[in-house]
Amino acid sequence: MSWRGRDMAALLLLIGLGVLLAAVLEPILFGAAPMLVGSQIQALGAEPTGAANLVTAVLLGYRGFDTLGELTILFAAATGAGMVLAQGNRGRHDVAPVGFVLQVGSSLIFPLLLLFGFYTILHGHITPGGGFQGGAILAAAYFVPLLGHAGHPLPSGLTTLLEGLAGITFIVVGLVAMMAGDTFLTPFGDHGTLGQLLSAGSLPLLSIAIGVKVGTELANVLAHLGGIEQERG
Amino acid sequence: MIWILLTVVITTLIAGTLVVVLRSLLAAVAASAVVSLGLSLIFMLLRAPDVALAEAVVGAGLSGVMFALVARRLPIADDETTDAQDGGDA
Repeated sequence: MSWRGRDMAALLLLIGLGVLLAAVLEPILFGAAPMLVGSQIQALGAEPTGAANLVTAVLLGYRGFDTLGELTILFAAATGAGMVLAQGNRGRHDVAPVGFVLQVGSSLIFPLLLLFGFYTILHGHITPGGGFQGGAILAAAYFVPLLGHAGHPLPSGLTTLLEGLAGITFIVVGLVAMMAGDTFLTPFGDHGTLGQLLSAGSLPLLSIAIGVKVGTELANVLAHLGGIEQERG
Repeated sequence: MIWILLTVVITTLIAGTLVVVLRSLLAAVAASAVVSLGLSLIFMLLRAPDVALAEAVVGAGLSGVMFALVARRLPIADDETTDAQDGGDA
């Protein structure tokens, strides 16, 4: 039984990972029940990060490391879904005839969705929205031309490349803060004028990285689910 | 204000019940998208625009599309949609 050995190895690996995680997390203190962090952040306002949207300030400034964790979870989920969906059901191609309304509507709405997605990502530190929401809009925009059979907006090789680049960008921004002597993912850069597009230092960079990563990942999952095999490269 | 909220809440509840009751999978997916849309409106009325935007995009948009695509892949989906009314292939 070669499976027995593999199972034991997997179990040992899991236990080892658990011990490592426990060792890393052990010195970090957990908050007690009445958490006062929120009121503290609200009292400080936009001053420490320079972001007019306090939600983005928390997501990318105060809790940037948690956001990296979220990105990792999404990456793992998208990879798993891709692995499961890539095998099987490949030959099935029940292409429904596309009506005139869907065809014209999809090419009409596609540029508008793209514009709104990028707007939401770039203005994340000023108005409601940000990387996650904008990225999801971009993924929806990517799916619209596929529905209308207007062709593939991006080849799968390019989306994979963009996804990797975005992930690296997020981590590099975090490392640059470390080079300046701060902790990982500390916001840096010029705060600028509050409420301007070019303000809040490094937060918009992180927002763009999240937006591109979420967008390409969700787009890949949707393309897999739709059974649409894209041309490689 | 309270009447708008009440209307949205009741609509959301009805749509939520429909998700469980409806026999056609595609119709149930559409009803769940309505639930998300109502939820996003409630978030908006409660002054949480960030969450409302995320809920509208992910809940009503992307997960609706994903559920519909998954329902199409399920072997039972075909019987159910033909048993009930015509699924309405967009």
